[in-house]
Amino acid sequence: MIEMIIITGLIASGVYALLAIGFSLIFGAARIINLTHTAFYMLAAYLIYTFTSSFGLNPILSIIVSIIAVTIIGVLVYMLVIERVRAHETTVLIVTMALAIIIQEVVLLAFGGHFRGVSSLISGYATILGIKVTYQYLLTFGMVFIILFGTWALLMKTKLGIAIRATAQDREVANLMGINVARIGMITMAIAVALAAIAGALVAPLFTLTPYMWMHPLVMVLAVVVLGGLGSIKGSFVGAIILGFTETLVVFLVPTGAFLKGSVALAIMLVIILIRPEGLFGVSFEEER
Amino acid sequence: MKKVIIGAIIPLAVCVVLLVTSCGGAAPGKVVKIGVVGPMTFIQGEHHWYGAQLAAEEINAAGGVMVGNEAYQIKLVKVDSNEIISVTDAANAIERTITVDKVDFIVGGFRTEAVTPMQEIAMDYGRIFLCCGSSTKELCDKVGDDYDRYKYWFRVTPINSTYLGKVDFMLLGMVAEELKAECGIEVPKVAILAEKLEWAEDIVAAAQVLLPVMYGMEVVGTWRPSDTATEVTAELTAIEAAGAHIIFTTFSGPVGIPYARQWGEMQIPAASVGINVEAQKEGFWDATGGYGEYETTMNTYAPGVKITDQTIDFGERFVEDVGEFPTYCAGTYEALYVLKDAIEAAGTLDSDAVIVELEKTDYTGTAGRIVFDENHDVVWGPGYVTGLGVQWQDGEMECVWPPADGSWEGVVYEGAVTYELPPWVIEAWAP
Repeated sequence: MIEMIIITGLIASGVYALLAIGFSLIFGAARIINLTHTAFYMLAAYLIYTFTSSFGLNPILSIIVSIIAVTIIGVLVYMLVIERVRAHETTVLIVTMALAIIIQEVVLLAFGGHFRGVSSLISGYATILGIKVTYQYLLTFGMVFIILFGTWALLMKTKLGIAIRATAQDREVANLMGINVARIGMITMAIAVALAAIAGALVAPLFTLTPYMWMHPLVMVLAVVVLGGLGSIKGSFVGAIILGFTETLVVFLVPTGAFLKGSVALAIMLVIILIRPEGLFGVSFEEER
Repeated sequence: MKKVIIGAIIPLAVCVVLLVTSCGGAAPGKVVKIGVVGPMTFIQGEHHWYGAQLAAEEINAAGGVMVGNEAYQIKLVKVDSNEIISVTDAANAIERTITVDKVDFIVGGFRTEAVTPMQEIAMDYGRIFLCCGSSTKELCDKVGDDYDRYKYWFRVTPINSTYLGKVDFMLLGMVAEELKAECGIEVPKVAILAEKLEWAEDIVAAAQVLLPVMYGMEVVGTWRPSDTATEVTAELTAIEAAGAHIIFTTFSGPVGIPYARQWGEMQIPAASVGINVEAQKEGFWDATGGYGEYETTMNTYAPGVKITDQTIDFGERFVEDVGEFPTYCAGTYEALYVLKDAIEAAGTLDSDAVIVELEKTDYTGTAGRIVFDENHDVVWGPGYVTGLGVQWQDGEMECVWPPADGSWEGVVYEGAVTYELPPWVIEAWAP
């Protein structure tokens, strides 16, 4: 049973990590808690569905077009809405939640409440340690590491990364140093939305498409990033591992209570946060101030 | 000032005109107003509406409903209960349609959690409500318990949860027989996989007790995911590890799609059978990317299957108008005909008189012969409404129960085919 829990736990963790990285990046780099994040993920999934099912486009091409389209929409949202209120964190929260609901209603109007599915990029399954794992899950898990490495390399090894980190640390000083902070914010938002869209492309075939599909992932993503420490990408990954494994353990150890897997995972997060309010890898609130 | 008044009056007038026209379609002369209540942005509500609309168009074209010597046209009122998302919205919607739209009768309803308060409100106002969506038996038991209050309540479709359980177990038995024949399995191991919702509790409890005792099966475990779970990999991995030959499903929520997709893609070596409401819909095949093949579920209709002389024609016209095959919520179609017959027999729209005639209903509809029992619940059994077992075979929803060989009470529906075990299940268990 242990090998089953390890493999299944890693798979569940991979999905959460993929969703959480972009969310964490935009907070860590721009101090924006973007509650529209999973709505962008949903939008990407619906666009891929539309391009493949309605227009008969090649799945890879559909994914590329969708990621570009959602990134453009995300940048426009940043420029037209978030940028104007970003100085007020609570306002950003409310505005991004409102935007997510607007996106949900638009999708509901356009597609109705029907449950739909997106085809897997790679169909079939592999057997690892006697456990069946679909290729789509393996792809998702692999992408988590590529994106983790890519994000780390971007932030640590490029001039853009230095500018993003400098802006995150002190917006005013970064501005005085000649960094175009508005532009950096927009670029960071574009990267984060693109990551959400990539998550949509990879995770959508695993889930069911509904206009409400952004809500549960948002709760889990918030839990992951709070648990790992707001803004810490490394923390997001560890948070995802903890929540993914907790869910898996619940299903294996208490099968009749499988419906409680999300609640138990959130309860674990709560306990950890009570012990360490800044999260596992977060900056303590005092230090932050 | 004058400009301001004109500026206010013109948009107001436009709004009034728009409102009047959007309520439109008001036929000249007298009308019977029927509220069609359902989650209108979801397939259940859409089919409630289209089924009722089809019947209303036919009835109106044929001269309408004769109330005494006067012909009344049917006017439908679309009532979006939004009940899949919000039970409160459903209660508000039905209150509004009774008090503001002033409907004479109500048809529809889907989710028990929302239908229960809607039922109470309709009973408060003494409005006849023909349920076309919720299977919970207790909704009709109330009629027997307190007739004076609940006499306005009738269920047209689906069959109640007790009968659903019976058919469910018969489908399971059919699969067990097939496993015995193909793989020589005498005592099949069954994994119960049921969403955590109220309506599933009785089925799960009955399965846990009855399967070993009455059906000689071994229950290897019970898994209860959320009805909105987005994936069930862990559950399926555990079920496979438990050595199950059959997965006995009870799903009404969206979890039915990722379940079937993962079950098919991972080729879990256990035949899947039970209730999966998502698999009753035409869009299931696409939603699962084709991995839903061999998924077997109870249903009310199946394409090309003739339950009565009306079934095929109804299915074809529904597909022609709506573009997709009807689900059981489209039973509003027969609800309107049942209501029409009762009103005409009563010769009045008075609820008490119509109830007396509804209780005498013996109407052969699209899903079978509709007769109400003493609790105003649609009767199930050979010669009445039976329900179907359907299986997805090569992209088509095929009827596999009642068996094509007539081995259940001699009931055979034209168009039924033989149940097929998934090949990977045979491969895993055949000697």
